[in-house]
Order: sequence, then structure tokens, then C-alpha cells
Amino acid sequence: MPVRRVLADPLMWVGLLFAGLLLGMNEFRPVLRWAFPQTVPVIYDRASFPMLFLAHLALVATASAAAATVGVALAVFVTRPAGAPFRVTVGTLVAIGQTFPPVAVLAIAVPLIGFGARPTIIALFLYGLLPIVENGIAGLEGVPADVREAADGMGLSAVQRLFAVELPLAASVILAGIRISVTIAIGTAAIGSTVGALSLGTPIFDGLVADNLPFVIEGAVLVALFAIVTDMGFARLDRRLRRHAVAG
Amino acid sequence: MIELDHITKRYDGRAVVDDLSLSVAEGEFCILLGPSGCGKSTMLRIINRLVVADAGTVRIAGEETTALRPEILRRRIGYAIQSTGLFPHWTVADNVATVPRLLKWPPKRVAARVDELLELLRLEPRLYRNKYQHQLSGGEKQRVGVARALAADPELLLMDEPFGAVDPVTRDALQAELLRIHRATRKTIIFVTHDVDEALRLASSIAIMDKGRVVQHAAPLELLQRPATGFVADFVGRQGLGLKLLAVRRVAERARDDETAPGQPVPLEASLRDALSAMTERGTDRLPVADAAGRRVGVIALADLVR
Ligand SMILES: Nc1ncnc2c1ncn2[C@@H]1O[C@H](COP(=O)(O)OP(=O)(O)O)[C@@H](O)[C@H]1O
Ligand SMILES: [Mg+2]
Repeated sequence: MPVRRVLADPLMWVGLLFAGLLLGMNEFRPVLRWAFPQTVPVIYDRASFPMLFLAHLALVATASAAAATVGVALAVFVTRPAGAPFRVTVGTLVAIGQTFPPVAVLAIAVPLIGFGARPTIIALFLYGLLPIVENGIAGLEGVPADVREAADGMGLSAVQRLFAVELPLAASVILAGIRISVTIAIGTAAIGSTVGALSLGTPIFDGLVADNLPFVIEGAVLVALFAIVTDMGFARLDRRLRRHAVAG
Repeated sequence: MIELDHITKRYDGRAVVDDLSLSVAEGEFCILLGPSGCGKSTMLRIINRLVVADAGTVRIAGEETTALRPEILRRRIGYAIQSTGLFPHWTVADNVATVPRLLKWPPKRVAARVDELLELLRLEPRLYRNKYQHQLSGGEKQRVGVARALAADPELLLMDEPFGAVDPVTRDALQAELLRIHRATRKTIIFVTHDVDEALRLASSIAIMDKGRVVQHAAPLELLQRPATGFVADFVGRQGLGLKLLAVRRVAERARDDETAPGQPVPLEASLRDALSAMTERGTDRLPVADAAGRRVGVIALADLVR
């Protein structure tokens, strides 16, 4: 990429800001000291920010990868002739998963499987499924009927039609579902710190408990930047996918 | 040779194709002609098994279509539809290459075949190869659709109102193209339309369908002169019958080979209707006639049209 294009790339600047804050939050110590003279310490010190980020990333990546795999598989299944009878049931079940507040899922999961990352991942997974299944079905059903007919008429097998025609044409709608799901998961993963999962939400909750506003701000800013950077990354991926898949 | 043997297809208890039998000779350009909803598309799709018949058999060159897996059968049958169904995420070349690639042709042979077909359909390969369907006009899409159907040199070509959605001028050009391709390749074509003039222009035989049955299967001329039923007579139209008769007869049938005339010649393959049109346009009652190589071989006169 030419230097001019790199410099004009907002994703790079926001990404740099995020990385800079993760690695160099200490540089803000004088500013925070001046702003919050009553509070000690002003920089969260029970775990390093890069560590918290990696833990947060692991929660989101695990839950979202599982939600994307299961969600797309479910959408594929209910849009095949064999799965059509399950379409309504799957839609209802997934919608129910979405109506539970994530806190409630955590409250139910903890007594069953204990504290830590696992109940958080389960809550994120259930919570992230709906947009992926919904968009998956919409994307697959949005493939024009004549394109499907042509694919069959040319002699593509059902599997070839799915992978060569339907999924590529549905890709940008499916990706939009994954994007919503991941963005929600990044915000929701912060709540996992209430049940002992380490994440960028941990400083927020520790700060609330200890009445330490700088901790809360540090955690909140990092969670927000993480979500923004990820969303911008998805936007870029989406532009790539759309370049030629102009249907109709 | 394609044999449709007592085919029936019911939807919700109603027979959409009703005990239909039809046999199409090899190299024939057979048109399924009938009003909307009479079961033409359903019949066509039973041939390549996109629709499964409730009763009856389809044989291609003596072999029942059910002897093969549907995908394997379909790779041997070209299929073109009105809305084209081009794959929007693939280039023109990739679309045309669909079936050859399914048949695992080596890439070089695929590329050469794609260019050959684009040229056959008069789409300059250099300009069109890498385009996507959203960059094409309706007529160009249809040309790509036909090229894709022809790609693996199928023994049989099924076409469902392929020119139904393009403007009259483009349709005219595409019909001429298809006639040329049929004459050059001698492929068996089964072509669905509800447009009588299109049928008369293209067909070597026309099967008139009504309510899921074939009511008459005959050459265009016979259909016009001896309609089997009132429905056939009404459908091909009593109005303008004379002009329709001129449309299905060739100049070759009436030309005199021992005379000459000045001016731009009409081809032997042209219809008498085209000859009449040219005479009217030029204000003359005699036109020179040329063969496919462009040699002047005789004359057609106004009196020859009505004799
Ligand atoms: N999949 C289907 N389910 C129910 N009815 C159908 C289906 N396909 C076609 N039909 C009905 O069958 C009749 C014939 O349809 P079709 O073969 O498309 O007619 P044509 O091509 O001659 O216009 C129509 O009345 C149509 O509504
Ligand atoms: Mg039809």
C-alpha cells in the first residue's frame, strides 16, 4: 500500500491509539493524578492491560467462533429441504436465548458450572447466536431463485451449490450478523468479570467496588476502543466481500 | 432422439402435465408453444429432472434419464432460462466455464472453450471475459446464458423463454444468432415460448400445448395450413395467416435459378416474409438471391410469393 493510503487509513489510527493505551497507560499517570488528587492508585495495577486484553480477546474469540460455526450451520440446515421443518423451532429457540439478559444467563450458569471464564463464554455464545442465525437464514434465502435454479440446472451437486454459490452470495449478510454478534460480545464480555472471568471489564468492576473512578474510565475506554477497532475491521472486510457480489 | 412417454405431473391434485407424449428427432429445433400456465416449463424441467414426474419416462438416445444421477444427467444437457440465472459473483468467463469445470476439463481446454463460445455468441472475449453480470445489458446477459448452456457441447439444449425479457430488436438478433448456431451445430433444441411469431421463425417442429397436453406436433407450415383443433387455429392466429405462412417459408423454396436481377441480394435461407419486406422497402417486384457463400444464384419475384 502506498504511504499516503496508509496515513489516511482511520482503522490504522484507531488501532494505534488502542495499542498505545494498552501498552502505555502509565504515561497518563500525571494527568490522572492531577484530575483525581483524592484517588490512590490512579492506574489499575492488579493485572497488566495487555493481559486483560488478551483474556478479553480469548473470551470473545472462543464464544464468537463457536456462535458463528453453530449459527451458520443452523442457518444452512434449516434452509435445506431436510431441515425446513425445524426452521420455526430453531428461530424460536434462538430468539429465547436472546431475550435472557446476559446477567441472567451468568446467574443460572454459575451454580451449574462454577465461576470463571466458562459461564461467561456460554452466556456470550447463547447471546451471540441470534444475529448470526437470523442473518444466515436471510442471506441464504436472499440468493435469487433463478440463480439457484441455474446452479441445479448446470449440474452442481447440493454441496457444490452451497459452497460455490449460496454461501459466497450470502457472505456479506452472514458477515453482518457475525459483526453484530462480535460487537455485542465485546461489550458483554466485560460483565464476565462479575463471575470471575478476567477481561477489560475487570478494572471497571474493581473500580466500582473500590470507588476508584480512574479504574472505571480506563476499563471503559479500552472496551469501547476494542469494540470500535473490531467493528472497523469488519467494515473493511465487508467492503471487500461486496466488491463484485452485486446481485440482481 | 428425445422421447417423452406418458408423462404426468400433479400439483395439489391438479395435473399440470397430463399424460403427455412427444418425440423429438435428433437435430430438431422443437418449440413447446402454448398459453401461459399450460405446463411448458414444468415439462421442460422434467426432462432435466429439476422436477420429478409422477408418472411416465423420459428417454434420451434410448436411455432413461433416471439411469443417471441428476447432476450427471444435467451436465450433459444445456439449460438456459429467461432470467439467465448468471452467478453474480463470477465473471463471464467463470460463468461460461461452469459445466466444463464440473466435468474437470483441464484449465487450458476450459479457457479455449470459453473464448470460442464468447466468439460464437459475438461477445469479444477480450472485452467480456472479465466482466460481471451487473456490467452487462439484458441482451448480453442472455448471450452469456446461452454460451454457458452450450459450454460442454451438450447433446440436448433446453431453453425456457430465453428471449422473453429482452427488447424486440435484441430478441430479433438473438433469434438469428440461435438459428445460425442451430444450423452450424445441429444440436437438438427444445425451446419453450408463448410467442407464436418466435415459434414460427425458429422451429423445425412445433408442439402446441394446452392444459398439460400436446394437442398437435407438426412442422410450422402444416400447423398453419392444417390446424388439428380449433384451439390450435385460434392460438396460432387466424389473423394475418398469409403473413405467417410467408414467415415459415424460405426463399429457397420459390427462387428461380435461371434469371438475374440488380441490387442487394437476399439469402436463400431468408423467409418469404423478409423478401416481401425487402421488395416493399425498395419498391421493386424482383430481388436477386444469393447462397450462403454470397454467390448470386437466382431471383425471387413478387408473383412467386403467392403462387
Ligand atoms: N412448484 C409448483 N407448485 C405448485 N404449482 C406449480 C408449481 N410449478 C408450476 N405450478 C403450476 O403449474 C402450472 C403450469 O406451470 P408452468 O409449467 O410454469 O407453465 P408455463 O411454463 O406453461 O407457463 C401453473 O398453473 C403453475 O401455477
Ligand atoms: Mg414457463
